[in-house]
Amino acid sequence: MPKKLDTFHIFLLSALVAFASSLHAQDWVHTGTNLGNPKIVIAAADFKAATADPQTAPMKSVFDQTLYNDLRYAGIFDVVSKSMIPNATPGSPQEINVANWSAAPSNASYVAFGNLAVNGGRVTVQGYLFDTHNTQNPQVLGKQYADQATVDATREIAHRFADEIIQQLGGTPGIAETKIYYVSQRGGSKEIWVMDYDGFNPHQLTHLHTVSLSPRVSPDNSRVAFSSLGRNGWSIRMYSLVLNRMVAFPEWGDTTLSPAWSSDGTKLAYSSARTGDPDIYVCDASGGGAHRITAFRGPDVSPTWNPKTNAQIAWVSGRTNLPQVYIMDSDGANVMRMTDGGYASAPSWSPNGQFLAFAWNRSYGPGAPGGEDIYIMDIASKRWTQLTHDSGANDAPSWSPDNRHLVFQREMGGRSEIWMMLADGSDQQQLTHDGENSQPNWSWK
Amino acid sequence: MHYTNRKSLALAASLAALLTVAGCHKKNPAPAPPPAPAPTAPTPTASITATPDTINAGETSVLTWKTSDATDVSIEGLGSVASSGTQSVQPTQTTSYHLIAHGDGGSADATATVTVNAAPPPAPAPSETNIDEAAFEAAVKPVFYDYDSYDIRPDAQSTIQADANFLNQHPNLKVVVGGYCDERGSTEYNLALGENRANAAKQALVTAGVAPDRLRTVSYGKEKQFCTEHNEACWQQNRRAQFTLDQ
Repeated sequence: MPKKLDTFHIFLLSALVAFASSLHAQDWVHTGTNLGNPKIVIAAADFKAATADPQTAPMKSVFDQTLYNDLRYAGIFDVVSKSMIPNATPGSPQEINVANWSAAPSNASYVAFGNLAVNGGRVTVQGYLFDTHNTQNPQVLGKQYADQATVDATREIAHRFADEIIQQLGGTPGIAETKIYYVSQRGGSKEIWVMDYDGFNPHQLTHLHTVSLSPRVSPDNSRVAFSSLGRNGWSIRMYSLVLNRMVAFPEWGDTTLSPAWSSDGTKLAYSSARTGDPDIYVCDASGGGAHRITAFRGPDVSPTWNPKTNAQIAWVSGRTNLPQVYIMDSDGANVMRMTDGGYASAPSWSPNGQFLAFAWNRSYGPGAPGGEDIYIMDIASKRWTQLTHDSGANDAPSWSPDNRHLVFQREMGGRSEIWMMLADGSDQQQLTHDGENSQPNWSWK
Repeated sequence: MHYTNRKSLALAASLAALLTVAGCHKKNPAPAPPPAPAPTAPTPTASITATPDTINAGETSVLTWKTSDATDVSIEGLGSVASSGTQSVQPTQTTSYHLIAHGDGGSADATATVTVNAAPPPAPAPSETNIDEAAFEAAVKPVFYDYDSYDIRPDAQSTIQADANFLNQHPNLKVVVGGYCDERGSTEYNLALGENRANAAKQALVTAGVAPDRLRTVSYGKEKQFCTEHNEACWQQNRRAQFTLDQ
């Protein structure tokens, strides 16, 4: 009986600690991810159709929706609902009355507007950003874009305009033009695919008809490294985004998994079972100079570099049975365990070097079906916070280059799909809906 | 089945020990109780098992024996042996291995019998081409693992031994050792764990005499599942090393 009480008290205590840490979490998460600043109230007007070409309306619809979503997903804006903005489509600086936009119910501090024209198969967009409180000189941005009048090109124009606005008002580059590399099984076998960061425009890259996993795009967007099951087991393969085909990479003949680029693009860390036991190795970008940097019994896998310095690597080790996240210097020195138990896997190091995101099941074990959730940890203090709750099994988080977003895989009802969220766990969006999709990797720019 | 065998063996061993002690008494009826040299010298114990206890000619069985309070331990036909240990034997016909332990407190013995089935039809070498995947998998059984572990369990030792026997009998066969994991946990971690499982099974076969260059490991992590329900019975089916022909 006293023993039972003890256990109960320990449980209460740890629940309290967890609660307290989640209360405090918001501060350090918001500071570290730049999500803590007050959100800028921005309105996006529907653009004005400047031509009567039948392609104008569909292109305008794509553009308006894309721009609105990009601003909403950016994480730094409070985007005024379309139902609360003035019923007007100003096409040019002469046609806008900023007072209407700064007034209730819109209350916008900034307004994005402009016009879109389609002429002879070409789409032209003029986009403006106005500061509604600066009546003397309200123009912040004025941009013009032209491309072929296709849905993809029009969407791309909206992404570029959105990124201009985000850069201008947020001070750091936006992510609207970034890509997400991932594994999809919608064609039967698991192949490497790419899509825009918002889930649109999916394209199949590989056609290897086997199992391909763990895509990681190089920092210059020129190559995708991944791991593929061949006749002799798993090896690292390379797909060139410049040549749009597979390119050569050494096949070592042992189980080689989970490649990870250093942020300068000169090195790859990966897991190899050359000795019969999987350990972390590092080689140069062409596969030369491979050398082992860990020598622990049991699985060692899923390395990720500190992209700020390339002087450290985080990875997952089963050296004490259940997998835990560790960090070490990139030469294997100064090993430090980061997670204190449970089942921790799939770390991703934030671009600013401050955080690890990873999948964690804190009550993993036979008969203890805990949730597999996404967490982030402040590396210096080892403080952590849970970002997903009671929503399937979550795995493989990957940071966006703006340090404000995470993309991850969520398995629910037996199906795995790709989701995105802000780095404080808010604004979770499902990005894929077709077939099985997993292991997302956010491009570096 | 396994346990029943062991029980009856132990019973036989203690029965034999009793008989031996009784026999001793009969031999020295006359002398009055002499000053007992070692008044409370304990009676030795002895036990021996053979795994597997039935083999085909040419295969190997492993003898495991244990004695206590003995100064002189031998197995008939094998000579003096350590007080406890293991040794592989390759009898060509059914053989009983008689373990005898002598000590200050008397002696004990135990017997393990290896039954050898009649040799399979001759000309074994060319017949290997007839072994198809199904026949191979019927003969070479998978090894199962505990949750998040790649240690070969005690209950898998006899499987490994039987698998090694088959492979030693068919020296031209090459084998893929596939490591598999259940559906829970991280994709990448499970691939590494599957590699450890495949390699543990490979090492166990090598220890049992299979040449390492005949064995190739491939991890399937949780990418390929034998059973797709979400319960422990199914997960156990999926935590395995599976042997297939390397063709």
